[in-house]
Amino acid sequence: MSEQNGQTRVKVENLQKLFPISKGLFRKSTDFVYAVDGISFEIKEGESLGLVGESGCGKTTTGRVLVKLEDATGGQAFVHNSDRDEMIDVMDVESPEDRKEFRKHVQMIFQDPYESMNPRRTIYDIVAEPLKVHNLGTTEEKEQRVVDLLRLVGLTPPEPFLFRYPHELSGGQRQRVAIARALVMEPTFVVADEPTSMLDVSIRISIMRLMLELAEKLGVTYLYITHDLAVARYMCDKIAVMYLGKIVEMAPTEELLSNPMHPYTRALLSAVPVPDPSYQRPQVEIEGGVARAINPPDECRFIERCPFAVDECKTAHPNLFDRGNDHLVACYLVAPDGSWTGRERAKLELRS
Amino acid sequence: MVVEEKDPVDVLTELPEGEGITIGAGEQLPESLWKVRLRLFWKSFKRNWTLFKENKIGLAGLAVIALFALMALSYPVMRSAGPWQNDAVYNPVIGYDAPRAEFEIVATEADVVDPTTQMDANKAQLWCFRVVAGDTCVIPQQPAPPGSDHWLGTDPLGRDIASQLAFSTRAAFLLGLIAAVVTVGVATTIGSIAAFYGGWLDNFLMRVADLVLLLPLIPILIVMSGLWQINLPILGVLIGILSGFGGTAIVLKSQALSIKVKPFIDAARVSGGSNWHLISKHIIPNVLPLSFLYMMFTVTEAVSLEATLSFFGLLNIDMSWGIMLNTAQSQGYLRSGLEFWWLLIPAGVAVTLLAAGFFFVGRAMDEVVNPRLRAR
Ligand SMILES: Nc1ncnc2c1ncn2[C@@H]1O[C@H](COP(=O)(O)OP(=O)(O)OP(=O)(O)O)[C@@H](O)[C@H]1O
Ligand code: SF4
Ligand SMILES: [Mg+2]
Repeated sequence: MSEQNGQTRVKVENLQKLFPISKGLFRKSTDFVYAVDGISFEIKEGESLGLVGESGCGKTTTGRVLVKLEDATGGQAFVHNSDRDEMIDVMDVESPEDRKEFRKHVQMIFQDPYESMNPRRTIYDIVAEPLKVHNLGTTEEKEQRVVDLLRLVGLTPPEPFLFRYPHELSGGQRQRVAIARALVMEPTFVVADEPTSMLDVSIRISIMRLMLELAEKLGVTYLYITHDLAVARYMCDKIAVMYLGKIVEMAPTEELLSNPMHPYTRALLSAVPVPDPSYQRPQVEIEGGVARAINPPDECRFIERCPFAVDECKTAHPNLFDRGNDHLVACYLVAPDGSWTGRERAKLELRS
Repeated sequence: MVVEEKDPVDVLTELPEGEGITIGAGEQLPESLWKVRLRLFWKSFKRNWTLFKENKIGLAGLAVIALFALMALSYPVMRSAGPWQNDAVYNPVIGYDAPRAEFEIVATEADVVDPTTQMDANKAQLWCFRVVAGDTCVIPQQPAPPGSDHWLGTDPLGRDIASQLAFSTRAAFLLGLIAAVVTVGVATTIGSIAAFYGGWLDNFLMRVADLVLLLPLIPILIVMSGLWQINLPILGVLIGILSGFGGTAIVLKSQALSIKVKPFIDAARVSGGSNWHLISKHIIPNVLPLSFLYMMFTVTEAVSLEATLSFFGLLNIDMSWGIMLNTAQSQGYLRSGLEFWWLLIPAGVAVTLLAAGFFFVGRAMDEVVNPRLRAR
């Protein structure tokens, strides 16, 4: 479904979000968590970008900045306004009116379908909320719209669902409601923050299929956040791998999966089960969990866990640039043509 | 009704091809919105009632409150169509009646065993000239013991106690209502705003709340009543503000704080909701059950505070349970024990019972609102 060279829907340049580490009430903090540290990407019409990485690498923060739940501390972001066919400068969205207008075009689906709905409001209230806030249509029109939306997301017949409370629905049904709420304003861009990770494995695939169908039907562009490469492969045309606030590798899905270049991506991939038992994927093992990037020093972010690190890696974090085939990597040991220049010594090095 | 996961692809193929979502004239909903809402409200009310019912003390409290409500409602009936129609006798403030009764005359005040039927010779001179011990004398009784005209007797000023009691019930409810509504309004608003905005506003409001919490309520009200004429509605508002801005605001703020960080607040924000929308549609409705609980305790507080202040004669109020006790006290009947029990027991019991009624209902509501407290 990807249409290459389509119109740009989302453009992010050098986006940065630092969280100050609180040092008490009256002292100005000097330490920051570099949750998102200068990432850039572009999403074209009809395309979806998968943001993949371990817990704490800044995926959610990226999404929240793009829907203005957090204000970026640096960089630029633009989202397409389909009404006027122009790009909205996300950094310029400041006043309450601007924010309200902005949210006609940008929506978010949250990870937790239980907690992302007010337990005291009915499904109708939840899905109709954007319509009410933006004062669109009469009561009958709103009702009709909600009914249409619920049917669209597969809650059929919709009427019995309207005046139920979230706790009366299953997790999958609730996430369908969340999708309906996100789509009711017909946004161009939806941030989906691990929308299936809290669901039963058996219903994940149906929610994912629904989201794909709806993207095609309504022309929605997703930033699909997940820690699961297999999910990203199913959902996205392009994948960006994040590590401690940085994008370390980004490429069209199949290119990235068949030809992973960054040591971290290779480690992630070796954790994904392979359907073909005779296939031996080159193993890269890494130790430890993701730390928090607090005032990170001038060196590759991955250096602590990288089995291939060389002296050069201590100079600065490597730039992310294209190695051909639209395949971007940030690693000193990947040559400009994409070939690996380091030694394969992963396992031995770690065990000794 | 069948509620199941349906394959989304099937669903999509059922839809008309084309633009996707459309606002069209589809099938009409069976009911109008407000009817559904009413039904939902009724449903949740029934569910909460089932929980509440399990608490016997709460039920008893509710029964007590209902009894007092009946009493308050009966007052206008009794005065306009019942046995209390004669305003000159049964007006709770200016009514007067002193039924005559025969008294046995004794020599000195110390010889009086039963002051409702005996009187010393000296005092009796006022009504019967030159009586001596052993005589009898017909004297207008003030206070008069309970009888058929005055079911609970009269007070030292010859006023009917039963009608005073009924009249004061209305006042107690009015006071409680005003105090409770003001408390809930103040505490919910302050708590939600402090939690939502945080920062210096939160700091400021919470420091004020600490201050109010530390203020000793009774001395403050005593000082205030010295400075201004405090009547019932003003007292209600004062108690409401003082109890709403103090502890209740702090409790509700912490509740609001736990709601503020819920993802549904972010979801509402992404839906385009303004700050006020978030506070009024999402935070306050989730704080409100707890506010209602504190409302009950405020009623308890208001009823007993009024009695205390009136007892000391500090309020500008026509008649209340506290005034009734104050009358007995100021005329010196408090020291004579329970001989004149009708001056003390009805008003005292009324204050205690109504305050306890609301308190018990509050405790029972606590279990409905905080499921953790529930037995089992
Ligand atoms: N409001 C905040 N204040 C301070 N630090 C924050 C805040 N939100 C996120 N962080 C920090 O920013 C980093 C990135 O967090 P983020 O939630 O974006 O990670 P994530 O990739 O979504 O992880 P997960 O997979 O667990 O959801 C973390 O180190 C986190 O502790
Ligand atoms: S730059 Fe160096 S430390 Fe960073 S991933 Fe590449 S090899 Fe490892
Ligand atoms: Mg996250």
